[in-house]
Amino acid sequence: MALSGVEIFKLLPKTNCKKCGHPTCLAFAMKLAQRQASLDACPDVSEEAKRILGEASAPPVRPITFGTGPKSVKMGEETVLFRHEKKFVNPCAFAVEIKDTTADSEIDGIVAAVAASEIDRVGQKLRIDAIFVSNASNDPGRFEAAVKAVAAKAPEVPLILSTSNAAAADAGLKIVADKKPVLFGADESNAEAMANVAKTYKAILGVSARGLDALAALTEKIKSLGVEDMVIDSGARSAKEIIENNTLIRRAAIKKNFKALGYPVITLAQREEGMLETLIATLGVAKYAAIVVLSKVEKWKNLALFTCRQNIYTDPQVPMQVEQKIYKVGEPTPESPLMITTNFSLTYFIVSGEVENSKVPCRLAVMDSEGLSVLTAWAAGKFTASKISQFILESGIENEVKNKELIIPGYVAILSGAIEDKLPGWKVTVGPREANGIPAFLKSRA
Amino acid sequence: MAFAAPKETYPGKVFQIAIGADQSAVFGGENVLSFHSFEGNAPNRPVIAYEIQDIPPEDWPETVRKVYEGVSGDPVTWAKHCQNELKAKAIALRLIGTHPDRENRSPEEAAKIVKDVLSSINIPLIILGSNHVEKDAAVLVAVAEAAKDKNCVIGKAQEANYKTIAAAAMANHHKLIAMSELDINLSKQLNILITQMGFDKEKLITDPMCSALGYGLEYTYSVMERIRLAALTQNDATMQPPMLGDVGMYVWKVKETQAPEADLPYWGSLEERGIAWETVTAGALMVAGAELLIMRHPRAVKAVENFIDELM
Repeated sequence: MALSGVEIFKLLPKTNCKKCGHPTCLAFAMKLAQRQASLDACPDVSEEAKRILGEASAPPVRPITFGTGPKSVKMGEETVLFRHEKKFVNPCAFAVEIKDTTADSEIDGIVAAVAASEIDRVGQKLRIDAIFVSNASNDPGRFEAAVKAVAAKAPEVPLILSTSNAAAADAGLKIVADKKPVLFGADESNAEAMANVAKTYKAILGVSARGLDALAALTEKIKSLGVEDMVIDSGARSAKEIIENNTLIRRAAIKKNFKALGYPVITLAQREEGMLETLIATLGVAKYAAIVVLSKVEKWKNLALFTCRQNIYTDPQVPMQVEQKIYKVGEPTPESPLMITTNFSLTYFIVSGEVENSKVPCRLAVMDSEGLSVLTAWAAGKFTASKISQFILESGIENEVKNKELIIPGYVAILSGAIEDKLPGWKVTVGPREANGIPAFLKSRA
Repeated sequence: MAFAAPKETYPGKVFQIAIGADQSAVFGGENVLSFHSFEGNAPNRPVIAYEIQDIPPEDWPETVRKVYEGVSGDPVTWAKHCQNELKAKAIALRLIGTHPDRENRSPEEAAKIVKDVLSSINIPLIILGSNHVEKDAAVLVAVAEAAKDKNCVIGKAQEANYKTIAAAAMANHHKLIAMSELDINLSKQLNILITQMGFDKEKLITDPMCSALGYGLEYTYSVMERIRLAALTQNDATMQPPMLGDVGMYVWKVKETQAPEADLPYWGSLEERGIAWETVTAGALMVAGAELLIMRHPRAVKAVENFIDELM
């Protein structure tokens, strides 16, 4: 549990020496409690205080970076149970399974699909983050060959090597030793051997047990064997078990600061049927998984899951914004209408959706209003006549349209005169107040 | 360190609602967060209603329009198809043809359609207006009378028109959907206003407004979670009605359910993508707290039913 400022203060030297850059030890303690300062700034703090504060300030879910380089994935560090309280920190990774019994040509196809999975959505690059190579054959040689094939084709993609056979683990990890992979497959029967292999290759150890009591006991045992970076699997496979175990793990870590379950969670979501797998993965995204393992890469499924993850992991305090520019909806001609709105993503999505519904090709000017909706932006002085006219002039759109007519949202009808004053030669038309009035409005003009 | 499972118990619970003349569809009633049966009581499955409408679904995208080809020409045939072939547990009839910008059908015409549909099915019926506040006030009053004592769900009552609609639902013994726009306080306020008229709070269904995956889903998701937490932790009766996810209508108008694969090859199969969009939107909202879902595509409904099987 995090310490209060006063509790921290009691552990400081109380000399008010100012060496930390704060006027008093108490002020410094308050900053520490808010995590706005680091204890390293105090040169005189005792070892005892460092130990206590270090333990108390460790994040409830251990931060671990999986993989190396630009495609590495951060996990852990979560601080809340519900996304409205505070942003969920590290978006879960999607991994796709490749069994080592798969033919080489097929492996190539899956790896290529992973490599091609990256999609840009609302300014974020989203992709299948990792590959889960499983030792379905139970043969160390085949496992090694499969890991080799995958690592050669996808050298940057983080890997999860899934085997409970320490010899196979050793053979596979040798190939990707410097890539910070996950070795998934430690359980009660093989903990020592697997911990040793993971230590040798500095891999993150994936730990499985049946139920949370057994899992907590096992992570403590493995920690005592010298492995600190773990991802945990409670054995939950059905949706009912996933929601129960993932919820209890997250609560134990965050509300009780229970260290033995304070690790990122891996959720195995593979199903025969694609739609059901998509739903199990959705549950993993919503309910606290750090890694979700899928059976297949399919573009439609990727798009739905990436979007779901983006939605759940959006910062609830920062409105999502879209880029300021003039968007084309349909295939507008120089005669097509030009409408303007603000760049709050929800505003943009709803307005552009209704324009699409109208089937009338249009240009939609989306102006940077710092992510505020039309009325709020107007009230905040970010969607004003002068800013709108400046945006329209600088966009150069007047060279692309035949009629210099700008359609503004009905809620800011009051601006029409002022915009016309600032945009000589332009006509301003007041559109509907609500987006759902757009189809009727556009059709009536067509 | 011994592990003690940090289970939660709450003072509040969600009202349980039974709909239909035979009360065959029951939802709500839990005293825990959705599907948290490991720490309390979650007696009922969410109910999925198939959406149909009073006019042919010409504005629905191809993927979902084609599955109703041959039956969607009239609402009675369509309703029977959903009940008999698709084994629907409930039907949601949207009277979109009453909208002034559409066919502008009269309340009397709408009432006749409702009577015809009701006499041809024996599963519960949800009756929805066209989301035009003035017109809905007239249409929903007429259809509530036409469906008297059939224990339907009438919707949606909004701040601007709740008085007449709630009064009609009350007089004719129906349940009522109260919709507000993505704001927990507005939602609470509307529930208070409606109950102050004498409407039984245990006959209300809260619609905090749906949003599709990628188009504001996170807003609906979090408003639903907050409403449910208020119901359970604060035992706030104005937040305890079960919640509606009106999924199909919001999903089947976004680009991802319509753009052909030929235009956007990296988005994959249009058919699977559209179904997945409805499936994921419904699944996420169910996890956030929705107990009544209105959906369109039979494969999406089936996937979500399978998901519920695994969750219960």
